[in-house]
Amino acid sequence: MPHFAKLYNFACWLTRDTHAAEDLVQETYMKALRGFSSFQQGTNFRAWIYRILRNTFLTSQTGLKVTAALDAEDEMVLEPATQTTPESILLARVELETIQQALESLPVHHREVILLCDLEEMSYQEIGQTLSIPIGTVMSRLSRARKAMRSLLTAREART
Amino acid sequence: MTCEQWRDQFDAYADNAPGDFAGLEEHLRTCHACASEVLGRIQLKRATRAAAASRFTPSADFRLRIQNSIAGKPKPTRFSAWLPALTGALAALLLVAVSAGLWTRHESRRQTIAQLLDMHVATVASANPVDVVSTDRHTVKPWFQGKLPFTFNLPELANSPYKLLGGKLVYFHDQPAAQLLFELRKHELSVFIAQQPARLVYSGASEIHANGFSIESWTQDGLSYAIVSDSNSGDVHELGELLKAAARQ
Repeated sequence: MPHFAKLYNFACWLTRDTHAAEDLVQETYMKALRGFSSFQQGTNFRAWIYRILRNTFLTSQTGLKVTAALDAEDEMVLEPATQTTPESILLARVELETIQQALESLPVHHREVILLCDLEEMSYQEIGQTLSIPIGTVMSRLSRARKAMRSLLTAREART
Repeated sequence: MTCEQWRDQFDAYADNAPGDFAGLEEHLRTCHACASEVLGRIQLKRATRAAAASRFTPSADFRLRIQNSIAGKPKPTRFSAWLPALTGALAALLLVAVSAGLWTRHESRRQTIAQLLDMHVATVASANPVDVVSTDRHTVKPWFQGKLPFTFNLPELANSPYKLLGGKLVYFHDQPAAQLLFELRKHELSVFIAQQPARLVYSGASEIHANGFSIESWTQDGLSYAIVSDSNSGDVHELGELLKAAARQ
């Protein structure tokens, strides 16, 4: 089963519930099998199966709660990123657990784009295919997501 | 351009996105603040990857359930669960136990081979088969630093017919493993390397043929190796010998 462990990890990050993640992965493989004829040979299989998982999540009970915020967010004008703390100094002090907590605290559309880029190491084009959005939106959403992540880490660091 | 304007390119640069970053690199050489910020973004990417990778791993039960669902196998019923008890006789129970052991071993071997084949086929069918694309072993091996809890040696291939194409991080039985892709006369060969006990090494013969593919596996110095290819078993074996010699260095 290609990408099984990684899909499960990604599903857990999306749902934050292992049972829901198991259901999500199972449904993804079933849909992938049923719809394999729609997969175009020579195109990106990874982006295809991640798109199935992500679309299945968005139509699930948990996922439906987050979809409303997506479109409006992408219409927002991107503000220039302001830097309050040099990240290299910040990261020297934060633990992996703190980064995990910050990731969990992010809204799902920010969390997923960071995970696809930094964990799955997808190109902007692959992320665009997976999330069904243009590359420009991938870049602006990533920028926003990372800004939110930095703010969370800075805030957590300030509390300790 | 001001620092504020260059900042728009920081993420794309840190993400290795395609583009012309010559101007940005020139600016980074002279602007300490921007260089520090770009470094921070690269560090945040690495830290995020380390924090998120394998945070959640699927259980063996769940993997089996999915495999059964895909294969269309029926789930065990309550009746079938009670069936062994109904036999009553100790001899029958022993027979069931022995059979179960053999079946488990057979099933484990079948799953290992199926997963190796799946991963090889998915890789060669992919538009992006490897994450680090290089024929240089001194580029490919260091790419795995920080991604795997072990290290390995790659052979010098300058005087051999094999060519290294690159590598990527994969998960095998929920453990991180290296998948390296080699080429020989238009045939592609996947080499999987994992820490023991990763069950990369299936029970039974070390060289087998399955669905037209040749597979060879072995263990050496605490690591499990497996090679999968549609090339002939002699070619697979020869690459195996090169890897074994490199591991001994």
